Amino acid sequence: MSPLFTPLKPVAPALRTVLGIACFVLFFLGWGIATYGGFVKPLFLASPGDTLTAGIALFREFGFAEDIAVTVWRVFAGFVMAAALAVPLGILMGAFKPVEAFFEAFVSFARYLPASAFIPLLILWAGVGELQKILVIFIGSVFQLIIMVTVIVSGIRSDLVEAAYTLGAKRDGVVLRVLLPAASPQIFEALRLVLGWAWTYVIVAELVGASRGIGHMIIDAQRFLDTGQMIFGIFIIGVIGLITDLLFRALNARLFPWAKGR
Amino acid sequence: MSKLSIRNVEKTFPGRNSTAPTRALVPTSLEVADNDFITILGPSGCGKSTLLRIVAGLETPTAGEVLLEGKAVSGPGPDRGMVFQSYTLFPWLTVRDNVCFGLRERGLPRAEQLAIADRFLAQVGLKGFENHHPAQLSGGMQQRTALARALANDPKMLLLDEPFGALDHQTRELMQELLLGIWEADRKTVMFVTHDIDEAIFMASRVVVMSARPGRIKCDIPIDLPHPRSYKVKTTPEFAAYKERLTEEIRVETIKAVTMER
Repeated sequence: MSPLFTPLKPVAPALRTVLGIACFVLFFLGWGIATYGGFVKPLFLASPGDTLTAGIALFREFGFAEDIAVTVWRVFAGFVMAAALAVPLGILMGAFKPVEAFFEAFVSFARYLPASAFIPLLILWAGVGELQKILVIFIGSVFQLIIMVTVIVSGIRSDLVEAAYTLGAKRDGVVLRVLLPAASPQIFEALRLVLGWAWTYVIVAELVGASRGIGHMIIDAQRFLDTGQMIFGIFIIGVIGLITDLLFRALNARLFPWAKGR
Repeated sequence: MSKLSIRNVEKTFPGRNSTAPTRALVPTSLEVADNDFITILGPSGCGKSTLLRIVAGLETPTAGEVLLEGKAVSGPGPDRGMVFQSYTLFPWLTVRDNVCFGLRERGLPRAEQLAIADRFLAQVGLKGFENHHPAQLSGGMQQRTALARALANDPKMLLLDEPFGALDHQTRELMQELLLGIWEADRKTVMFVTHDIDEAIFMASRVVVMSARPGRIKCDIPIDLPHPRSYKVKTTPEFAAYKERLTEEIRVETIKAVTMER
């Protein structure tokens, strides 16, 4: 067996980068062969070149930068609202079992309600304005996040809590100065994951009853059968997702250096 | 009056999923005098840790009571400092802030916290490591920090639950000398749980032997070796005589414990 493929054996950083880029190269290569080779009709799949041209036109002529800004703002607003409720509630549920017993069944139920199914109702309640889009993201993220934070806090090592008690910590001290800092790196990681899901909800919200945003642009492009624009829009979402992911990772490493390698 | 009175304390853990309840401790009484260093010696699963955890207030006895200086123990508190077998330093705090933890919970001014922390860190030989995080320390250094953290609170008693159990043999012996030196300097009352016979004799003024499950006190042997004790005491005939006797006592219990498990 090749020594490269020993289970759990790490790869060298340089090789890691090369392999990561190679996957993208292969992806574009396959895309290029399928389109330039004439295997797929341009109506169904635009070539990489046409997609890029469409993207440039979007920025130059259709104010796509503004669409991106609007979508980013919606994700941010909905996500911050969800986090502002879910993180404290999750910590309380993790720390205090009666609170968990009260909310757990309901949250587990609500978690399975698809956020997109709420869109018609939300339009009825909140119209087709910003609030409705933000609420879709909020509903889609908040219940997942509550459960994740609860599980994280429940899983904090009990011997750390016991040590704190023998050092004279009281209830509030244990929650604020043991459970909270101990859970922070993992809560941060949960936020990173849920932010990814928030991106899927915003596009769904923008496909219906929106006048701006990346999702709206994609629907608009569909009307004109402009596959280049559609693909470019989807592509941009991936790029923004990748950037926020990297930012979150960098921030996590910066804020919680002590948790490195756990 | 004794420093610590354990009066007819017993503990039965309830059975789970229709298994029989486990009787960890039959009614047990023990008096610990002020300035005493007692080691509780017994095979694994004899209830010695349970007894210590009841004294710490981390476990409630099924019956009986524990009195510290005449006052009943109802929960964990800073008057009984504890060092655990597992590494329980708070990983997000520096060594210095770990030692400050109890002082901070008590609301001491920061300058005072730092002065006390640095004094105890010097006492356990960790000068120069104040700003390290626990993950950067060896196991022995982590347990020395944990010892400093417990001592910084100036507890009435020090409770140690096999604190050197996870360390290699050489480090463990050095740690024993360190702890004994600290005890010889200020004679704080210590209750130390171990299954290591040499460790039990070397540091103790009394060795309490516990029997296999259900735990009970089998014998109570005063150790009459002169202080200050150096590691050389371990090769004296007096030490060997204690060791021979305790080896016999423990052997019988271990055999009982092993046959019970079958």
